[in-house]
Amino acid sequence: MASGTSAAATGGEKAPPTLGQKGWDWAEALPWLVLVGALFTFPGYLALGCQVIVMIIFALSLDLVLGYAGIITLGHAALFGTGAYAAGMLSAHGGWNEPITGLLFAGAVAGLVGFASGWFLLRYRGLTLLMLTLATAILLQELANTLALYTGGFDGLLGIAIDPLLGRFDNDLFRQNYYVYGLCVLFVLFLVVRRIVTSPFGQSLVGIRENVQRMNAIGAPVHGRLVAVYTIAAAIAGIAGGLFAQMHAFVTLQVMGFQLSGAVLIAVILGGAGRLYGAFIGATIYVILEDQLAKLSPEFWEFGVGLVLVATVMFARRGLFGVAEDIARLGKRRS
Amino acid sequence: MTIAFQPALEVRDLHKRFGGLEVIRGMTFALAPGARQALIGPNGAGKTTFVNLVSGSLAPTSGTIFLHGRDITRLSQAGGKTGIARTFQISQLFRNLTVLENVGLSISERDGVARVLWRGLASFPAIVDEAMVLLASLNLTGDAATPIRALAYGRQRLVEIAIALAQRPSVLLLDEPAAGIPSAESHVILAALDALPAAIAVLIIDHDMGVVFRFARRITVLVRGQILTEGTAEEIAADSSVRAAYLGEAFLSQGAPR
Repeated sequence: MASGTSAAATGGEKAPPTLGQKGWDWAEALPWLVLVGALFTFPGYLALGCQVIVMIIFALSLDLVLGYAGIITLGHAALFGTGAYAAGMLSAHGGWNEPITGLLFAGAVAGLVGFASGWFLLRYRGLTLLMLTLATAILLQELANTLALYTGGFDGLLGIAIDPLLGRFDNDLFRQNYYVYGLCVLFVLFLVVRRIVTSPFGQSLVGIRENVQRMNAIGAPVHGRLVAVYTIAAAIAGIAGGLFAQMHAFVTLQVMGFQLSGAVLIAVILGGAGRLYGAFIGATIYVILEDQLAKLSPEFWEFGVGLVLVATVMFARRGLFGVAEDIARLGKRRS
Repeated sequence: MTIAFQPALEVRDLHKRFGGLEVIRGMTFALAPGARQALIGPNGAGKTTFVNLVSGSLAPTSGTIFLHGRDITRLSQAGGKTGIARTFQISQLFRNLTVLENVGLSISERDGVARVLWRGLASFPAIVDEAMVLLASLNLTGDAATPIRALAYGRQRLVEIAIALAQRPSVLLLDEPAAGIPSAESHVILAALDALPAAIAVLIIDHDMGVVFRFARRITVLVRGQILTEGTAEEIAADSSVRAAYLGEAFLSQGAPR
């Protein structure tokens, strides 16, 4: 529905074909009901819920870049990590502990890094781009390691002390306040991303993904568009990272690690790339699966994740959201 | 009398070299406004390279290109080659998007709407209206909601033309518009070519002499990167040097006017 095949969905009847998505579908309320409902149904699991929300925001950012614009990246954690360190260092060294402005700062710094690296990276495509994004992430991680005086290096960044939210709500033991905080941030960012993917700009990104040569031929400034979306996605990834830093009051080098870049890629593919809500499904399942499998087998949990990914790629090429679309279509035909 | 007319498109002494291989070797050429012209030549003559040079996807080694008297030699595709549109020999379409979305993308790039990211695409109904008029002119109305991948190849070639026309060009370069279409379907393309707006200068590049002689009033013959000759369709058909270089006797018995 959000994937750019909106006009096809009207087929059958004689309704005039349209471009773009008009209004909201009732089904779009579903993920929000689940996320809000978790406050009441799983009050003991909100710490995990916080992780889910951070991952959803991060996956939304990657979906914008990968699912819509078709930019293949293996280094998305670099931007997440930049945001995490920005928010963490603002508090630990800058002494600025207000959380919401801290997030904005994280987004701005990551956006800047995304703009600068994107300007260079996005001249390349395919495997070259894949390798260069990977290399950029490794370089940034190494930089964070070297600047141990500021980042804490291998030992991690300590001394983050975030003020209560809006001066009232503390980071409580059960994470209830931070879950609500994260949910609000997610909702705002989701509105932004949804606006972008349903805009003419978003449609032109799909065009670039589908056929660069044709976009060039119709005069589209392809490089500029890609840098623009990469910068926006970087800022969103940075906010996810900032949220992560504030929730844990601790940042380690792993926030820039290859493993996290891989995890978010798996979450997007699992959920269904280029589908907006795929990020919700994929990130939720990934985080919960990781949690459950790690309890089951602390050493081999990645094997289980790998198995699920293989099954997805083999049997559900458009991700779990694609499966949900097919089921919904079957249901409609029957009624 | 000063200038009798200004060509829509003019190239002077155009050269293009790929390493040691010079594909275009000093080509001078003009296309009148509203022209119906064909560029023919044997394989490897440099026809597609010429289209790539003029449309800005390749930069010439030397020489100049003018569009309505304006020097556009150094402009890239995104840098404002507005006025020139092209189609591709091998369809370059957005395969997973519908016909309407394909044409809509082209319109919104031309309009500058495509850079808007704070408004929904659905709030630009003018794009849909313009696209539907264009699709109607190419008999594609019924396919508007069909994704390209589900479309017959002949109709894909029409979408290729529709995307180019959506640029509102004054010069249209058609690189083998009927390539790959079964001959039973080629009349669809021919009808579409006949219906092109008269104001647009059209240069068609094709191997199918039936298409060329039916469509073009003037024909330019390109051989090994240089123009061998140019003339009306009748003159070219009767020209023995063209026959020797390219045409062969076989086609003359088929479709050429006598």
